[in-house]
Amino acid sequence: MLALAGRLKSEFAFDLFLDVTAVDWPGAPLRFEVVHHFYSTVHKVRVRVKQRVREAEPVVDSLVSLYGSAGYMERECHDMYGIRFRGNDDLRPILLYEGFQGHPLRKDYPKQLEQPLVPYRPPQRALEREL
Amino acid sequence: MTAHTKHASFEYLTTRKDELVGWARKFSLFPYPFVTACCAMEFMAVSASAYDTDRFGAALPRFSPRQADLLMVVGTVTQKQAPILLKVYEQMCEPKWVMAFGVCATSGGFYQNYASLPGIDRIIPVDVYVPGCPPRPEMVIDGIMRLQETIARGKHRIINDTF
Repeated sequence: MLALAGRLKSEFAFDLFLDVTAVDWPGAPLRFEVVHHFYSTVHKVRVRVKQRVREAEPVVDSLVSLYGSAGYMERECHDMYGIRFRGNDDLRPILLYEGFQGHPLRKDYPKQLEQPLVPYRPPQRALEREL
Repeated sequence: MTAHTKHASFEYLTTRKDELVGWARKFSLFPYPFVTACCAMEFMAVSASAYDTDRFGAALPRFSPRQADLLMVVGTVTQKQAPILLKVYEQMCEPKWVMAFGVCATSGGFYQNYASLPGIDRIIPVDVYVPGCPPRPEMVIDGIMRLQETIARGKHRIINDTF
């Protein structure tokens, strides 16, 4: 992937990195599809690159060395799908928070599971409290 | 209680002190807008001239929670934002009231997922809920008036033996 993106950048002038995201196909042998989007401001052309990875080892190449802006999007993709990026050593949560378990955009994440940072208080009839 | 002489004019004041303080407090609400999402537009509409919460004594947003006594939570609060909201609430001095403005602050609305808080009453006490996505300005004004009624009716802890 790194070599392909390098060629796209240097030979075909795809100088703008748009996005990296993923698609979860539960049950498929290669469960995750990692999708990169590039744009060429010279030729006004977009290109989309898809690659499949296994659930047991969801690792793809990081493009931080080619495009600095890839860092944030790789962090987001790691938050949401748990894809790891080889070469990006800063995969701290960016949209989620420290301590969040799991990856919410995976299909097997329970839809209504909440992981509160502040413990919930018991219900109170607020209007009746003393001032 | 020790026996004391009754003075007619003062006696009225001593028996209705709660009401007096409530009357004063209900017309001096200083809101702190905790604005996170699209309901902000509606908050601007209801504070600006056409609807004008100033007419009801709930004017002059204070942009420091320490100077405010009405926390208006306007918009969706996420799990990640919950500690910030709690800190703002804790910084406010008593007496303080909380209004949940819009359906997201009230119950989470249509957000039932990993990211958003299902109603701010999960972390702080709420005095008045204004549902709607977004609420009409009339609904907000109604909420303010209901809160004012509550304040007027309420017991005010400032009342004690020395006052």
